[in-house]
Amino acid sequence: MIAIAGDNIISSLGFTAEECYRAVASGQSGVRLHRSFMGLPEPVMASTIDRERLADSFAALSPRPDGYTALEKAAILSVSSAAAQAQVDLADASVLFIFSSTKGNVHLLDETEAGFSRSHLYLWHTARLIAEFFGNPNAPLVVSNACISGACAQLAALRELASGAYRHAVVVGAEVLSRFIVSGFQSLKALSPEPCRPFDVARAGLNLGEAAATLIYRRVDKGAEATAGVALLQGAIRNDANHISGPSRTGEGSYLALKALLQEVAPADIAFINAHGTATAYNDSMETAAITRAGLSAAAVNSLKGYFGHTLGAAGVLESVISARALAGETALATRGFERSEAEHPLSVTDKNMHAHQACCVKMLSGFGGGNAALLFKKFKPR
Amino acid sequence: MPQVIRKYCHVTHRSATVNGKAFPVAEVDGEGKFLTALYRSLKIDYPKFFKMDSLSKLGFLASELILRDEEPRFAPREDVAILCFNRSASLATDALYQVTIRRGDGCYPSPSLFVYTLPNIVTGEIAIRNKFFGETSFYVCKEWDVQQALRMAGQILCDGRTRAVLAAWVECFEEACEAFMMLVDTENQPGIPPEEIAFSTSKKTTWKN
Repeated sequence: MIAIAGDNIISSLGFTAEECYRAVASGQSGVRLHRSFMGLPEPVMASTIDRERLADSFAALSPRPDGYTALEKAAILSVSSAAAQAQVDLADASVLFIFSSTKGNVHLLDETEAGFSRSHLYLWHTARLIAEFFGNPNAPLVVSNACISGACAQLAALRELASGAYRHAVVVGAEVLSRFIVSGFQSLKALSPEPCRPFDVARAGLNLGEAAATLIYRRVDKGAEATAGVALLQGAIRNDANHISGPSRTGEGSYLALKALLQEVAPADIAFINAHGTATAYNDSMETAAITRAGLSAAAVNSLKGYFGHTLGAAGVLESVISARALAGETALATRGFERSEAEHPLSVTDKNMHAHQACCVKMLSGFGGGNAALLFKKFKPR
Repeated sequence: MPQVIRKYCHVTHRSATVNGKAFPVAEVDGEGKFLTALYRSLKIDYPKFFKMDSLSKLGFLASELILRDEEPRFAPREDVAILCFNRSASLATDALYQVTIRRGDGCYPSPSLFVYTLPNIVTGEIAIRNKFFGETSFYVCKEWDVQQALRMAGQILCDGRTRAVLAAWVECFEEACEAFMMLVDTENQPGIPPEEIAFSTSKKTTWKN
């Protein structure tokens, strides 16, 4: 078992986990209409990181702020904020960095981008820059497993800390938007021109988002579980084995991932399920099928995409940060944008913040390549 | 029981070997055609192969070389995991997609290319072909490290469900392709010693500038 020792989110809603959590709990969204987005012909509804605040905050942190891309700056700031909270010496060899991103600095392929060497295109290079900023001596692990990356990175942390080789793992997810990413989702006709509406009968697609998010995990030794705070107990990844860019209609992989977790927890102990909930027609139907098949249709279900948009490789980390805080605060957060379910699928999607006292929550993610992930968190008394 | 290597293969843009022995590939016209020639020599009928990008083709062919003699083939199973690594993620296809979004020269973003701009698509292609519902993961690292791959495969094999892991290095960059794939389990002791198959990954896979 591993427990959360520090957290952070850098997003449209703020530069700390606390700031972002409060914004979500009070119903604010960082998603807004960008009439002109990086020269693309269509307007884009998206959640973005304030570049000026990012540059200023990074300059305050680093004496040599040049040589880092916006993505790298956001990730370093995020780790720095979480580490201050966790009071962990990140330069120690007992700390492992795990970096999660789908596209990293892919914008550097754009002929309009200048000023950075192409080495920043390699995810392992970016991960090393982040770890080296903090003087960490270990080669970081880099997960690039599409939109489930943030969950895979946490599962990797669970496995690496269980192996005994490390005491702490810094899991950092980061994604920035580019013409590459936005035009790709436009070409797939996956973007909603309106604020997204997860699980709603009238949902019309997803909104994209930028974020860096960090969870610092510590290994919980046997006998110390009772005061672990919020802990990650288990995780599972399963493939649909169905289609590379469309989810299984029956939610096969997602169902199997949930089923694997249910060996560890009874449905009655689940405070809420934080679904992937992208607000595309297919994703939300697929998750509804998976949750129903797993016998969890009575559990409160929410999605955070209406607040942050879909932050891709950062989503699993960001949404785990918010969900862990909500679990500690006995709250199943409202699903922003949700009003009315499809009649034939009676999931208990939250339309307002609700009291939820149970000890566990589940984080679900799905992505291209047919991957699906589920994580199980449990709260204990704080240390 | 420790995890061991039961079988392995090595594929480049000019040769294929299984357990160290050359796999015969019929005559090839030009270097870029090797993967197609290898597909033909495997005598399989899977038209989806021709829609894949180079990274997926390479990983798919490596998985066929490993799995072609396995029985039963194509029975749905949740207890096989796929764990891939490489150096440049999907940058080769990323560069091709980027060309389609240049402004003002009549290009339009290509959805069929965009879906291949994720490295883990190759794990999905192998899962679909074989009906593997188990874990699929993709990691990016500077160099191939057989011991790290074995260690991480061993972690997956401890999950109480997984009985075998296809663990692989699958790298495609510009003209250079190289895959190394191994079938890892705990049931075929003592297995093939890792030092027999350790190889250094190609140094050619770097941006020219």
